[in-house]
Amino acid sequence: MATEMTPKMDPLDGNGKADVSAVMAAGDHVVIDCHIKELYYGAFKAVRDTAIPIKKNAITAFIGPSGCGKSTVLRCLNRMNDLIRGFRFDGHVRYRGQDIYHPSIDPVAVRRFIGMVFQQPNPFATSILNNVAFGLRLNGYKGDKLAKVEEALRRAALWDEVKDKLHKSGLSLSGGQQQRLCIARAVATEPEVLLMDEPCSALDPIATRKIEELMLELKQRYTIAIVTHNLQQAQRVADKTGFLYVDTSGGGRAGYLVEYGESRQVFEAPREKHTQEYIRGEFS
Amino acid sequence: MSAGNPSISPSAVPELNPFAGVDFTELERSLRRPRTLLSVVLSLLVAGMTLMALVPLFSVVWMLAWRGGKKLTLAVFTQLPPAPLEQGGGFGNAIVGTLVMVGIATVISVPLGIMSAVFLERAKESRFAQVVRFAAKTLTGLPSILAGVFAYGTIVLLTGGFSALAGSIALAVLMLPTIILTAEDAIRMVPAKMKEAAAGMGATQTQTVWMVLLPTAFPGILTGVMLAIARAAGETAPLLFTALFSNYWLLSRGRLDLMQPTASLAVLIYNFAGMPFENQVELAWAAALVLVLLVLTTNLLGQALSRRQVQ
Repeated sequence: MATEMTPKMDPLDGNGKADVSAVMAAGDHVVIDCHIKELYYGAFKAVRDTAIPIKKNAITAFIGPSGCGKSTVLRCLNRMNDLIRGFRFDGHVRYRGQDIYHPSIDPVAVRRFIGMVFQQPNPFATSILNNVAFGLRLNGYKGDKLAKVEEALRRAALWDEVKDKLHKSGLSLSGGQQQRLCIARAVATEPEVLLMDEPCSALDPIATRKIEELMLELKQRYTIAIVTHNLQQAQRVADKTGFLYVDTSGGGRAGYLVEYGESRQVFEAPREKHTQEYIRGEFS
Repeated sequence: MSAGNPSISPSAVPELNPFAGVDFTELERSLRRPRTLLSVVLSLLVAGMTLMALVPLFSVVWMLAWRGGKKLTLAVFTQLPPAPLEQGGGFGNAIVGTLVMVGIATVISVPLGIMSAVFLERAKESRFAQVVRFAAKTLTGLPSILAGVFAYGTIVLLTGGFSALAGSIALAVLMLPTIILTAEDAIRMVPAKMKEAAAGMGATQTQTVWMVLLPTAFPGILTGVMLAIARAAGETAPLLFTALFSNYWLLSRGRLDLMQPTASLAVLIYNFAGMPFENQVELAWAAALVLVLLVLTTNLLGQALSRRQVQ
């Protein structure tokens, strides 16, 4: 451990520059300030020139065609990309003003503040109770675990369906229930931000609608960033929307941010030509 | 005009029957069709082969129960092996010896094996992991007598005598590669999305291993451990150079001495089966039955354990 470093997760970082942005960020209620100049997997440049602020208690959606790097950008926000070999990144991601890619920052700790819900529901092969209590056990939570589990399951709108079978396997639930279980697991440890990577793409329309209602509910307490292929979904739930696009004409395959703004503006009056085409369904 | 047009009623234009031209006899089951015939023949062949494979298994079990069951009394569990021409007797010391030696071998090889498996799974394709994996694969094919020679060369010569400890180490050497390889497979089979979920929750490597990988892989790891135990319990060759045999109890004068020659069921069967005395031969059969029952019980316990885990 580097001892000369400033305390972790301190919004007022030692090097003067961060101070300013931290104060600005706090004023603007930006929880995560993400600026990716260039992002590589090995020699492959996956994303370039993408700056997206994630606003507090709002839902920010990333939309765009397949391969435009929206999941990659999302996974930058809690350093999930670190698990991929050859990942390199130039730019910064500041969580409450603190650069989470600073060498003194432990990526594991970052993920406890910035939780994640994945495309495929991925409960552990253990009971519903243990699934939700997983994060509590990770953090050595000493209090009333059962109360915390109930609270998390209620927040994920799953409590009534599972309260009589908490000891059944999490894998015995339906797909939609499993995804809500994963949301309960993520919120049980009270992260500040929830990253959702196409959380509904494996679900039927009814389960999808439930998750969307849940997201609107959850944004009262949490800050949410979501990647979605479903434009209607982004329109229904997102406050802010970023449109990413991949331009293959120049030989490169790097995705970049084309447009970011209020969802209403992006969907109803897009400023950029690519956005207009995408939203009108002229390519995908 | 199409057959699906709803404005034209089918009765008005019967020639537009959408099923016209379909020969429904094509759908009937019939052995005259080569495809069906082949399928039936192959199914019968598979069933026949399965039965044939079961014949040796069941004959062995039957023979054991038949020849060994006669002699299976309480006395064999409590008494010591008889001298030649002596009647009665048992092999209580050999049962204890087998349990103790296999037990110690398990205690040595299971933690080592599982830790190596975790290392192999985490280190994936690193050069060192590849070397370790290759070594483990080669060791599975190691003739068991060589494990005995190894333990003889190290423990027996070093400590100056045959002992239960030397036998245990020989058995542990035999068990280790099986445990490493099956445990690595079991851990590798844990879905990637679960590993990702653990990472996404902010689990450290150690927490991921303890709280996700090992519990999820538990049934598979247990199967490997059971296989290794079953094999070790039946091994004779590695014990001949290491534990040798003894006509006395392992527990002498109130204390367990692991540094003395020790009896085991496998070596007892080997010794007694070749003797020209009927009593000894019958005891060998009974010992074989006990050995099989011991392994079977261990396996059933293991299965019950893994089922309880999964729910």
